[in-house]
Amino acid sequence: MGIRDRLSGNEAIANAMKQINPDVMPAFPITPSTEIPQYFSQFVANGEVDTEFVTVESEHSAMSACIGSEAAGARTVTATSSAGLALMHEVLYVAASSRLPITLACVNRALTGPININADHGDSMGARDSGWIQIYSENNQEAYDNFIQAFRIGEHPDVQLPVMVCQDGFITSHGVENIELIETEKVKNFVGDYCPENYMLNPNETIAHGPYDSPVYYMEHKRQQLEAMKNAKEVILSVGKEFGEMSGRFYDFFEAYKLEDAEVAIVVLNSTAGTAKDVVDAMREEGKKVGLLKLRIFRPFPGEEIAQALKNVKAVAVMDRHEGFSTIGGPVFSEVRTVLYDLPNPPKTISYVYGLGGRDVRTIHIESIYNELLAVKDGKDQGEAYRYLGVRE
Amino acid sequence: MDKRKTCNIDPQVNWKNISPGGAITQSGSADLFKTGDWRTMIPVFKEDKCKQCLLCVPVCPDSSIPVVNKKRLDFDYDHCKGCGICAKACPFGAIDFIKDEKQEG
Repeated sequence: MGIRDRLSGNEAIANAMKQINPDVMPAFPITPSTEIPQYFSQFVANGEVDTEFVTVESEHSAMSACIGSEAAGARTVTATSSAGLALMHEVLYVAASSRLPITLACVNRALTGPININADHGDSMGARDSGWIQIYSENNQEAYDNFIQAFRIGEHPDVQLPVMVCQDGFITSHGVENIELIETEKVKNFVGDYCPENYMLNPNETIAHGPYDSPVYYMEHKRQQLEAMKNAKEVILSVGKEFGEMSGRFYDFFEAYKLEDAEVAIVVLNSTAGTAKDVVDAMREEGKKVGLLKLRIFRPFPGEEIAQALKNVKAVAVMDRHEGFSTIGGPVFSEVRTVLYDLPNPPKTISYVYGLGGRDVRTIHIESIYNELLAVKDGKDQGEAYRYLGVRE
Repeated sequence: MDKRKTCNIDPQVNWKNISPGGAITQSGSADLFKTGDWRTMIPVFKEDKCKQCLLCVPVCPDSSIPVVNKKRLDFDYDHCKGCGICAKACPFGAIDFIKDEKQEG
């Protein structure tokens, strides 16, 4: 049995880091992820880990130090949020294209401006094309579980890509919940040692990282990087299964919650999925066939699997905690609608932008979406497919 | 997947076999990158005027003046970018610096 505890999401991540005992952690504090390096530096000071904690002057330097360290052959972790992830933006691409499996805890927060420190997915959605694997977490338990699995996924020889594990700022990062930690020995055995085949501190081999890639080579490297992202799908499934066998908590690309016989469904990621489950339970008791698809893996995007899971529903609402300014709906909506297009009878789809800058999302908001979807299913004209939830009109 | 051991710097290499992450596991591979076709001007070595003082050799930014047995040889035109520093450094007028007509054709 695991260890029962009460931890915030940030504490959960810091504890996972402690159990894994990575070689290096370069990090710079930023709300709401500050507590992760704060707790972890205490573990370093107490001698509870042997990690080299690198204090840096910015997030650009933090990620650059991660790249150097991982290339040297050291297992490397970091944490950030919002503007911190934005400042890393340039070097996120270097980490991914150099195929360095760094693990990053992203505590989702709005990007300025207007300046705001609360939950919003603008930071990680802005990094969605950087080549990082992205895993989203509903609660503290999932943040902890996902962080442990991230090493096995990113470091797999068929993948070799960096992974960011996301959770909602304040809502889960600072909310204290019950959690079941796994015994440290089990975590260590599950994650294993980091043994890259080529690394810069190997005295028996010369190696150069990050050379200029002329037009003759660049495209082949991008195509190869895509293959690694495709390969990640199978690895994510097998790691999720193995993690379940160890912990009793199994993980897939997404959680299909009462979706099997659902007539309408919501697609959402991170903490709002928890609120939505409450609504699904309540409406099911009233006999309404509503379901939920809680997306866990956004990169790589599990398109075929999502289409299969939603093929029988009549109307789908996709919720985005980010405004991408495409003017045709949020980013998760656009990708979900894309994969539904090839179904013989695709469901009606509605985009809901919600919860920006920490705007509260309550059960009544989710219920209003389900009622709207049920009305569309019963023949009501769909109307505007691109909507704002909870904005003052 | 890791084929870095057999790192292959070859313009014909396909995406399956190209070095993952662009990492290079061999030394001296800059030799394989021909930069001579960047040239618009070309240095011409006039051996009869050369006193073998070797002042030109260390100023070449592209290591394109080979030296064997303490004597410089003709230019390595695969890598010489035609900057002309060698011609400026030569005290004996042993290096002409002219338009590279061949490169224009």
